[in-house]
Amino acid sequence: MAASIPSLTLLVGKLGELPVGAVVTVNPTGLAPISVFHTEEGLFAIDDTCTHQDASLADGWVEGCTVECPLHESCFDLRTGAASGPPAKRAVRTHRVEVRGDDIVLTPSTDS
Amino acid sequence: MTGSVAVVGASLAGLSAVRALRARGFHGTVTLIGDEPDLPYERPALSKEFLHTGEPTGLLEDHSETARLDAQWLLGRRAIGLTPGMGRPIEQEGEAAPHAEPHLIHLDDGRTVSADTLILATGARPRRLPGVPGAHYLRNLDDARRLRETLYETKQLVIIGAGFIGAEVASSARGLGVDVTLVDSAPIPSAAALGETIAAACADLHARNGVRLLTGTRIESVRPDAVHLIGGARLAADTIVIGIGATPNIEWAGDRNPLLHNADGFETDTQGRTAIPGIYAIGDCARVHDPISGRDTRSEHWNAAITQAQTVAAAITGTPPPARTAPYFWSHQYGKLLQLAGDPTAATDLRIIDGALDGESFTARYEHNGTPVAVCALDNPRLFTRQRKQLDRDLTSAH
Ligand SMILES: Cc1cc2nc3c(=O)[nH]c(=O)nc-3n(C[C@H](O)[C@H](O)[C@H](O)COP(=O)(O)OP(=O)(O)OC[C@H]3O[C@@H](n4cnc5c(N)ncnc54)[C@H](O)[C@@H]3O)c2cc1C
Ligand code: FES
Repeated sequence: MAASIPSLTLLVGKLGELPVGAVVTVNPTGLAPISVFHTEEGLFAIDDTCTHQDASLADGWVEGCTVECPLHESCFDLRTGAASGPPAKRAVRTHRVEVRGDDIVLTPSTDS
Repeated sequence: MTGSVAVVGASLAGLSAVRALRARGFHGTVTLIGDEPDLPYERPALSKEFLHTGEPTGLLEDHSETARLDAQWLLGRRAIGLTPGMGRPIEQEGEAAPHAEPHLIHLDDGRTVSADTLILATGARPRRLPGVPGAHYLRNLDDARRLRETLYETKQLVIIGAGFIGAEVASSARGLGVDVTLVDSAPIPSAAALGETIAAACADLHARNGVRLLTGTRIESVRPDAVHLIGGARLAADTIVIGIGATPNIEWAGDRNPLLHNADGFETDTQGRTAIPGIYAIGDCARVHDPISGRDTRSEHWNAAITQAQTVAAAITGTPPPARTAPYFWSHQYGKLLQLAGDPTAATDLRIIDGALDGESFTARYEHNGTPVAVCALDNPRLFTRQRKQLDRDLTSAH
């Protein structure tokens, strides 16, 4: 994964408030909205907006480590952001997310 | 797998078929024939963001995808005839194909393309209203460019037909500040696609966004500056758009192959096979038989073009077909997202499971004696997707 500005971290919420299957979207100032997914495989954070058009991936369908866009069904790998196929052409940006105590902490990546 | 495939129609269905063939291990020759000069682009955008941005969006990923697909592109060339051969199955590795004559596609530049397998993906064209010179229709990039130019100088737009295209153009034009009137002969436009209750709720969106909708109207005549309705009303118009449905592009294949089509599409079985071995049809030009309902339907939606392309690629390559999924489409109007999955015509009841029909958003489930058969949502993609996935699962477990 690409490097990120180390100083910028965000408290997303308490782990207890984000059960497996849930997703939460945060709007860091100056950055695009980021969604944090809690899946069976762990926590993942990606840019919320589909790279195809204006759809929120938080509204999508999660299966294993992929989320399917609710509009035209492109799938994105939550670990790498890679699009599995059309209509999306580009990967979504991924971000580092970790649990410290009971806190979910997000480190937004700012590179493109 | 080797052999040769020619695809007629180089848009969503045709491109999706080539993608699916390559993904399923077909290494043979692929030829894509399309009468538009441009590489495939996003048609749905033409009635929506394109009218604001003027930027067409290509369907291909980039040059690396073009290279990966390794297809011969014959663009700006129209197929004008088809001579069926015997067809032959795609050769599996190490297996010699039986001797067979290929199918032939005749092009308007005098060329002939021959291939073992043909995929017909020639789409549809707008149904015309005779005697309305100068009216706009919307199907391809040229149409959209012309309409876009005109809209910037339009004060009063009259749209004949309030189906999805008409409704989307109304919404886009309204967004440009144009005065819009929509007329439709049906009492409730799109009732066949959405069911009366939901169609009525969607029709309300027009009034709520300052577009006049006149339903149950019959047109007496259309002049360059006005639409005259039976009963005397005159709707002044400096631009007229007609969106009254589409006709499949099938005539080019000639009437020498009566088994290939009826008047409303190339007829196929569930796997996209026409009556001639080695000839398949997909997308807006295909009329697909559904053994469960017993009906033949021609779908005019994005999603159907892709799933049919995958089904046909599976049939051609002898690989497992994609799971059956409920039909799905979306529309964007007045900044709202409308989504529908399943078959509303099979419903006996309608249940509002979220929001309100006259509110900002709603989700409604269509049921047949208690069993969900379709779901429709306005601006609630999350709940919609969950309901849609359930419909898909029900379909998979039923077969
Ligand atoms: C303005 C507009 C908005 C839409 N919006 C939506 C939407 O919001 N949601 C949705 O689900 N669906 C939407 N659709 C429908 C969707 O775009 C179609 O279902 C889809 O494009 C069908 O793909 P296709 O490849 O079968 O046909 P097409 O996209 O029509 O492609 C057929 C191609 O074949 C070419 N062709 C035709 N005859 C010949 C010939 N003889 N030789 C060579 N080439 C030929 C045509 O020029 C065309 O390029 C919209 C359609 C339009 C026109
Ligand atoms: S908006 Fe996500 S696939 Fe189209």
